[in-house]
This record gives sequence, structure tokens and C-alpha cells, in this order.
Amino acid sequence: MADGPKLRDDQHVLGLEPLTDEAQTEGKNSKARVSRRSFLSGLGAAGLVVSASPLAIASGTEVPVETGSAPVANGVSVMVNGKSYDLTGLEPRVTLLDLLRERLYLTGTKKGCDHGQCGACTVHVNGRRVNSCLTLAVMVAGKEVTTIEGLGQPGNLHPMQAAFVEHDGYQCGYCTSGQIMSAVALLKEPIGRTDEDVKHGMAGNICRCGAYPNIVAAVQQVRSLTILGLLKEPGTESGGRHA
Amino acid sequence: MHNFTLEQASTVEATAGSKGRFIAGGTTLVDLMKLGVEQPPALVDITALPLDQVEVLPNGGVRIGAMVRNSDLANHPVVLKNYAVLSQALLSGASPQLRNMATTGGNLLQRTRCPYFRDPTSGGCNKRNPGTGCAAMEGHHRMMAILGTSDSCIATHPSDMCVAMTALEAVIHVQGAKGKREIAIGEFYKLPGETPHIENVLEPGDLITHVELPPSKNTKQV
Repeated sequence: MADGPKLRDDQHVLGLEPLTDEAQTEGKNSKARVSRRSFLSGLGAAGLVVSASPLAIASGTEVPVETGSAPVANGVSVMVNGKSYDLTGLEPRVTLLDLLRERLYLTGTKKGCDHGQCGACTVHVNGRRVNSCLTLAVMVAGKEVTTIEGLGQPGNLHPMQAAFVEHDGYQCGYCTSGQIMSAVALLKEPIGRTDEDVKHGMAGNICRCGAYPNIVAAVQQVRSLTILGLLKEPGTESGGRHA
Repeated sequence: MHNFTLEQASTVEATAGSKGRFIAGGTTLVDLMKLGVEQPPALVDITALPLDQVEVLPNGGVRIGAMVRNSDLANHPVVLKNYAVLSQALLSGASPQLRNMATTGGNLLQRTRCPYFRDPTSGGCNKRNPGTGCAAMEGHHRMMAILGTSDSCIATHPSDMCVAMTALEAVIHVQGAKGKREIAIGEFYKLPGETPHIENVLEPGDLITHVELPPSKNTKQV
């Protein structure tokens, strides 16, 4: 351990997988330009070769397998954006955030502070916003998780995503998926209509670039359109895409 | 994070007296486990226990299940109307996401803490490692406790909810290995003394099931 790069315990557990197909393909297809993702994935795997202890290797767990849209009968599965994933064999210490990013490769959800203070990891569990970094993945078994990928996609954005684009509600973009997940959930919560109310309701999401006024404008636009009946239930989610 | 076992709790009766640490919202326990401050070998997931209701009692008080989330409690019509101080206290703490996760029982059992307690590299902490001293005494302690301290510890309890519940004279209902009992919130927490790692009167395996609030002055007698 003294020699190689020092890894946290959870990285020992999570980094034991080979490169993803996606990352490998990405690497093959872009010989001139190595993408950030494939570079970092490769670095993680290389780091483990020199530093992983036998104990860490023994603790490696199976990658959850996508099992289609029907829930798994034994209940040890989780629905993410409308798809069911088997959690059998997952170590209890894996957080929902790490499950999403490192195993399901849904990297739209970001890891910021990893301690529930910044909101970058915000996702919906059964429609309610939570910090996925403080949620143990096995504890959401049987529940429905929605991430930014399940909210909307390019060409088919959720109204809140479109409003963030329109109002320039970001600069670097790292907090943005968490901000949007929080904002969509906020529409269904008992929060007043003023800008101050929105700021209070968005207090769990930090933006170090300081895009706050634009974020508030985006949220207020979607709220106004919702109240006027010009949007169909933008807070609703089925795990699929929204018009 | 260290590894641990995780069991699902099925019933209150079967869970009370359990040797594992109870986990519900996880907002404070998982945080402290990531820091290495807490390293429980076994956790018991109590989120499926049927303790998530707020019920109005015949005497006009309320009975709050230990699994009621902070956001649900803060926005409950009866709490908003009759116990506004509790709603305001809850909404002034944490963030909307954390309040969706955090539970009534878990909020009561947040560790009394200071930044030195949360940082295992910061030197001695009588709460984290009994008998190792208190780095906060000679460190940055401007925001720490003034009343109820000891030579061993000057940490404060972080909960806003508990302050309101103390003002409302809440009673904590517990089920343990030896059966049920009730503890007034004023007698629930212990001062640090020479054993700051012991923060309340709960025995191992005790499960908080409910919190009862007596009728408020705003309660209309029907």
C-alpha cells in the first residue's frame, strides 16, 4: 500500500472492474484524442494493479445486471429511470451515488462533497429528492430512482432542463444536474411562490460559479408556466422521457 | 468506508434489542462512517418498520412515529397549526434533500459533536476515543458549548428539532430488550461529565418508536 497511489476503501471495492465496454470503445475510436472518461477509467484500473490488497480483491462484487423492465421477484433490485437492476451481491457500503456512477455508468449524477452538503448528487427516490451520496444503495431496493438521464435527453428535454438552458442557469455545469433534480422536486413541495421561497427551497444545492439568480429565474419560469397550465405536470416522472 | 453487514428489520418487536446499529435516513451515520468516526460492524435497516405516521391523540397531543421524515413532520397540517415552533425548527435545519431523508428518531440521536470529533486526524477526542483528551479545548472553539460542558468535552448537540421538542416537553417512547418505556426529553440527554461518549440514557438495543407531544396551547378542545 505504501507504494502505489492511495485509494479510499470504497475505491478498492468500486475500481475492481475492468474498463467498461463504453470506455473501451471510446478509447479505440479516438486514438488521437483520449477522452477524459476513458483516461480516468484507465488510470483507476492501473492504480489498482499496484495497490489493491488481497482483501480488497476478495471483496469485489458482481456488477448488477440489467434485467429488463419487470421487477425482480426476490425484491433485491432497484428501478433506475424505469429499468430494473439486480442488486444481488452488492456490498452494503456502496452508496447509491457510487452505484449510479461506477456500476450503472449513469455519470450525469455528480459527486461533489460526498457528505450531503453540496447537493451535486441529488436524485429522486420514489419522486422525492435525496442526497444519493448518503444513501446506501441496498436501502433503495424495491424503490424507483430517477436521475438526470431519466428526466430528459438532448432533443427531448424536461421543461426544467430547457429553462436552465434558456436562463443560463450554470457556468461550469458540475452542480447543474443536482440543481435540476432539486428544482423538479421542489415543484411538488409545499413551497411559497416568491424568489426568496425558491432560494430557501434550493438551499441544498451549492453553485460555486454563482449562477444563483439565473437558477432562480429558471425555476420561477417553470413554476409560472405550470401554474398557468401551460405545462403538463413537469414534476411528474415515470422514469421515462418527458415532452 | 469500512465494510459492515446490513439486515432488514421486519417488526418492532423483533428489532428491539438488536445488537446492530439502527439506520434509517443515514444522513448523519453514513457521513460519520465515511469519515471513519463511526465504524459499526452491523447495521439494521429500520426503514420498513410501520412507524411513519403522525397521529392526533385523544387528549389533543400528537404521536410522531420514529420513521416520520423531517420534511413530512415539518409540513404536517397538525404540526403547522399546533406546534409551529417544531415546524420552523425543522425547516431551519439541514437542506430539503436531507430533510426528506432524516427521520424523527435519527434526528434525536444525532451525535453531539464538534469539528474535532468529525476529524479522526485532529488529535484527541474523548468522545471519539475515550480518554484521549480534547483537542477542541486548546483549538478553535469559538462556536462550541458554554453551558453544560466538562473538562472532557465542549461539543454541542446539532439538532434544531430537539430544541423545539424540549420546549414542547416531548416524551420519547422506547422499546428495548426488556420491554417498552417512556423517557421525558428533558431526561433523555446526558451532560458530558467524564464520559462524553455516552450521550443519552438509551441502553444497547433500545429502539425509539415514537415521540409524543402533549397538547399545545393552540389545540382546540373538541
